[in-house]
Amino acid sequence: MLEITDLVHSYGSHRVLDGVSIRAAEGELVCVVGPSGCGKSTLLRSVAGLIRPTGGRVLIDGRPVERIPDNLAVVFQDYSRSLYPWMTAANNVALPLRRRGLDRRRRREAAMAALDQVGLADAAEKYPWEMSGGMQQRVSIARALAYRPSLLLMDEPFGSVDAQTREDLEDLVLRVCAHHGMTTLLITHDIDESVYVGDRVIVLTRSPTRVAADLPVDLGRSRDQIATRQLGAFVRLRAEVGRLVRGGSPTPTVLEKH
Amino acid sequence: MNAIRAVGRLWLVPVTLVAWEIATRVAEQPFFPPPSATLVRMGEMWLSGPPSRLLLTEQAMSDFGPSLARLFAGWALAAVIGVAAGVAIGCSTRLSDYLDPLIHLGRAVPPPLLVPFFLALLKLGTPAQLATIVFGIIWPILVNTIDGARTVDRQHLETARIFGFSTVQRLTRVIVPAAMPKIFAGLRLALSLALILLIVAEIFAGSGGLGYRLLSAQRTYLYADMWGCLVVLGLLGYLLNSAFLLLERRVLAWHRNARQTT
Amino acid sequence: MEHARVLRGVAGVAGFLAAAEIVGATGLIDDRFLPRMSAILRGAAELLADQEFLADARATLAAWGLGLLLTVAVAVPAGLALGALPPVERAVRPLIEFLRPIPSVAVVPLAILLFSDNLHLRVAVVVYAASWPIVINTIYALRDVDPLAKETLRSFGFGPMSVLLRVALPSAAPFIATGIRVAAGTAIILVISAELLAGGAEGVGIYIMEAASGNRMDLMLGATLWAGLFGVLSNSALVAVERRLFRWHDARAGVAR
Ligand SMILES: Nc1ncnc2c1ncn2[C@@H]1O[C@H](COP(=O)(O)OP(=O)(O)O)[C@@H](O)[C@H]1O
Ligand SMILES: [Mg+2]
Repeated sequence: MLEITDLVHSYGSHRVLDGVSIRAAEGELVCVVGPSGCGKSTLLRSVAGLIRPTGGRVLIDGRPVERIPDNLAVVFQDYSRSLYPWMTAANNVALPLRRRGLDRRRRREAAMAALDQVGLADAAEKYPWEMSGGMQQRVSIARALAYRPSLLLMDEPFGSVDAQTREDLEDLVLRVCAHHGMTTLLITHDIDESVYVGDRVIVLTRSPTRVAADLPVDLGRSRDQIATRQLGAFVRLRAEVGRLVRGGSPTPTVLEKH
Repeated sequence: MNAIRAVGRLWLVPVTLVAWEIATRVAEQPFFPPPSATLVRMGEMWLSGPPSRLLLTEQAMSDFGPSLARLFAGWALAAVIGVAAGVAIGCSTRLSDYLDPLIHLGRAVPPPLLVPFFLALLKLGTPAQLATIVFGIIWPILVNTIDGARTVDRQHLETARIFGFSTVQRLTRVIVPAAMPKIFAGLRLALSLALILLIVAEIFAGSGGLGYRLLSAQRTYLYADMWGCLVVLGLLGYLLNSAFLLLERRVLAWHRNARQTT
Repeated sequence: MEHARVLRGVAGVAGFLAAAEIVGATGLIDDRFLPRMSAILRGAAELLADQEFLADARATLAAWGLGLLLTVAVAVPAGLALGALPPVERAVRPLIEFLRPIPSVAVVPLAILLFSDNLHLRVAVVVYAASWPIVINTIYALRDVDPLAKETLRSFGFGPMSVLLRVALPSAAPFIATGIRVAAGTAIILVISAELLAGGAEGVGIYIMEAASGNRMDLMLGATLWAGLFGVLSNSALVAVERRLFRWHDARAGVAR
């Protein structure tokens, strides 16, 4: 569904991405984890068509990304800036749906349904600044869901909320992505999170950045914040990802499974 | 309770008025009539008309009507032009690079200097006064709008791109609302400047309106009338500013609250 | 990058001049009323050798500079006193709130009665009008001083006066400076308004009126051009001074400009 091949990007003479290749199958939830500043956001922005990478190719459904694809949505990290503070939650969610050619009433219905899915049916008429950070991020997720993208990109979506909220949001994403069958690329610097949420974890090196490893996560689709994190497979995988993020080399046992 | 608090806040106003009254009565200086005399003259001039017209006199109509009409017309015209041009310039770095020096020059010209010019160009009367006001007050609106449109949060713009907003949507739903706090700051500055320029234009060129009344009262030694005009102009400035603040508070509720919570 | 910006700015000015000249050359506008751009520029150049204009410009600048100095001398201490003494400020605020919105030129007729000397008249009007931005900015600046910084000093046993001098004043200074810059712009508007309304013998406003009655639109617009250029220069100079003096100040936004 998503094919990133040999992606290269430099800001001026500063080479950030140095040949990154990532593939995601239809409906897969792929986590990309890497150290801060390694170019994760740059990668996401290239996929979204927000910047034109210096080299390499991005295909979505076999078509190269030239403009911003219309079947794609993004959830940004900074919740305080991802919603429009001059609109209510419902209007924030409904506004992009004009592009889907829905009339006012249908946009409203779709927005309410999406807010309901993220557990915010009651907050539809609230403004972003009347909500907690976690709620705001839920609204951004609802906005993405209502848009019905086939590819969902998330850039450290839970990076600036507290731990409890973060776990709730992780479960929310797992649930809705499975429900809608969306292909999802979730970017994070949190090792635990990448293993807990992902069907696969892609580990990036420091910049100039390449793919250090591509690890399948054999934990099944139904996960539980406490039980899953206690599984031996989870603990081993987390240790492996942690080693790789710190610049270690892949352990053969984990790779064998691939 | 509220009354007590109001007294606590406002006590200096009546004290000043009484002191002023006493001082002017003692001094018997013709330029400084007692406030009571000024008040009486204000009533005679403007508020002794028929009840059917809310007591407003013919003179009130001819003093306030044209002045307010010019003021609002000029302000509205400058707002429309200034905001439209400001958004266009603010959205394009290239355009603003080209126009920057001209804008700096334009806003630095002291607007009263242009009164004689517009009078010669457009003849006496309303068009010249409007031109003076519009030219003089457009700069704070333009500069603030440019600034607001230029500094829209990058993530707000990217969100608009990701979700494929049309150009119109991007302008009306994202850029203009985001720039609104700055636009309002410019509009408020422009409103008080408009009142100043209105008076300059009316005194210098007019034949009617409050500014004209003010100067003719001074020239004909009607000092209570002159003070009355001053008081009314102060009231007018105060009311305009308060009304505008009220509007601003309503329109920008999101802005104040968003800033408080983040 | 910077280079390209400057070039574009120059191109913009050149383009504007050329466009104005071309419109003038088509004869669409009667050049007795709106002279050609080339004529305006020639007029502006002539003015530099025109003793009468130079004397007028000096007179206006003198009133402006003197008025501004006096304003600073009056308004900064007044603002500091009001900012440092909240009860006084609370008592005076209703008066300020009523006086400030009086459109400042409206006091010109009153000033005409009170001052027979034209320079005094202009200076007085400037002081009245230009004080507001300084006083208000100073009050707000003092109110905004970080309480932690004040308490730190107090905890070392400093008295209220040294707290004011060592903490409050330095951290309020950038805002006061902004107020002074705004006041400088207000002051020039007021000087010229007073010249137009009160007449007199000298001043750019007087020069412009004479040029208008002599139908010398080129000189009028030439003088206006110089006034604008002077405004740009003085404003940039004040901004530059502010930048130098307050390099430590992280250009906090939201102050009246
Ligand atoms: N617009 C830009 N211009 C120049 N350098 C940039 C820009 N955006 C990011 N960078 C640099 O590129 C590197 C990678 O940035 P980013 O993709 O944001 O990393 P990450 O999201 O992994 O933290 C950083 O060193 C950053 O400073
Ligand atoms: Mg990032």
